[in-house]
Amino acid sequence: MDDILEILIQDARKTPAEIAKMTGKSENEVANIIDNYEKNGTILKYRAVLNPEHIAKADGAVRAWIEVKVTPQRGAGFDSIAERIYKFNEVKSCYLLSGGFDLLLLVEGKSLQEVAGFVSEKLSTLENVTSTSTHFLLKVYKENGDIFQTAEKKERLAISF
Amino acid sequence: MKKENLHKISSLVDELPPSGIRAFFDLVLGMDDVISLGVGEPDFVTPWHICEAAMFALEKGYTSYTSNRGLKELLEQISSYLKKERKVDYNPNTEILVTVGVSEAMDLLMRAILNAGDEVIIPEPCYVSYIPTVKLAGGNPVILPTWELPGFKVTAEEIKKRITPKTRALVLNYPSNPTGASYTKDELEKIAEVIIEKNILLISDEIYDHLSYDIEHTAMPSLPAMKERTIYLNGFSKGYAMTGFRLGYACGPEKIISAMTKIHQYTMLCAPIVSQMAAVEALKNGLPEVKKMAREYNRRRRLLVAGLNECGLKCHLPEGAFYAFASVESAGMTGMEFATELLKKEKVAVVPGEAFGSGGEKFIRLAYAASLNDIEEAIKRIKRFIGKK
Repeated sequence: MDDILEILIQDARKTPAEIAKMTGKSENEVANIIDNYEKNGTILKYRAVLNPEHIAKADGAVRAWIEVKVTPQRGAGFDSIAERIYKFNEVKSCYLLSGGFDLLLLVEGKSLQEVAGFVSEKLSTLENVTSTSTHFLLKVYKENGDIFQTAEKKERLAISF
Repeated sequence: MKKENLHKISSLVDELPPSGIRAFFDLVLGMDDVISLGVGEPDFVTPWHICEAAMFALEKGYTSYTSNRGLKELLEQISSYLKKERKVDYNPNTEILVTVGVSEAMDLLMRAILNAGDEVIIPEPCYVSYIPTVKLAGGNPVILPTWELPGFKVTAEEIKKRITPKTRALVLNYPSNPTGASYTKDELEKIAEVIIEKNILLISDEIYDHLSYDIEHTAMPSLPAMKERTIYLNGFSKGYAMTGFRLGYACGPEKIISAMTKIHQYTMLCAPIVSQMAAVEALKNGLPEVKKMAREYNRRRRLLVAGLNECGLKCHLPEGAFYAFASVESAGMTGMEFATELLKKEKVAVVPGEAFGSGGEKFIRLAYAASLNDIEEAIKRIKRFIGKK
């Protein structure tokens, strides 16, 4: 992956000036490259990575992964039923997978009841959905490469040859 | 024996200069909340798949000695790795010895090849163990100062000037601790010419070979006619972030490796088996992670060196390792004064140049094996320190 993208993935708030120093390019050059990435859709947006436990405490957010079996439609395959489903605001992610079920959804709600309500009232009742299986999130250990636990202090000497 | 002689120390050890830097180190270690650019090891934890292989080895009950030379599988892995990545072919049964870090290998080597009075040419600044290991083996270190040479690089001419009938070997460490200097293939060929012409050994410490940013690393023994004249030292500490595993290796002519193995067998027996098992995994699957760490060091390198030059501390862009070797002349202080005051006033730890040889008074070594945030904060503090001074 390009050096600039790798830096931005780790810290999107690094300025072109800072990135220029790290990569040996000029500030202008870096700004142009980032600009291009934004224009061609490589960089979609910048956002903060939140600690889900803190958010859960503050907002009472509940997350669940839902396996969905669907009947694909003639001419549209899985795409049109997937669209029907992922357009719900509650659905944060939606993937088509190989294996024992078809769609995997990440659904967020304020409470267990809210997520359960979404599944029973909205999702299961869709014509082409044949079955669902809901897994509520209990604890996040690692997400998108970030490990959610208090960092242990490493025993590295402060000075050595 | 007279009572006062009861605790007498051997004169060889007694005459080793006490590390003048010890007091400074104690000062650093006694302080809390220091931002440290003074560390000679990676800030990354060993890649997980390597740690996991070590755990698996323990679970399987690999807790015994290994053969003196090292585990067969590891010797074979080292051999095929060097063939593939470094273009040099060593026989795993006769030309490789697994050691407890390059430090042990260096000690074994000096003891194996030196007779009293034999000379070893050592470029300064250099890693702190070279001179003592030569002295402990009864040899005479001959210093080749590179403080004023472009990029702190050894040249063929400077080597030639120091060769006498007693010269046994030249030590070359590249990329270098503490300067980060490294050599292109052309530059190495010029050094090799002298080694061949004068018929001396080359001790090539290439422990930082994975951390070479601007130059494609060439291993000395891969050059024509150099394999028989080189003892190649490498290990897992730096590239694979495995310092605590204490594992290195030496490759060279069968006769020398056998002699080293003889000493190793009596003094160390073998390297720890768990570390050896971990190293097998490192060689099998470790390179992608090594390259990822190298990319990260490279960014930090540029950031640190740009910051130092902004502060007015002259520093050339080091080609490798994870050190910047900056001049503090413009601050009107010695390396030791600068490091001590910086530590006391701004709580930033760096290593005074004096640690790496006489002639180091003008320098400090800063390690960029530290997070980007720490490097940025350290530069901010160094700027403030120089402004206030």
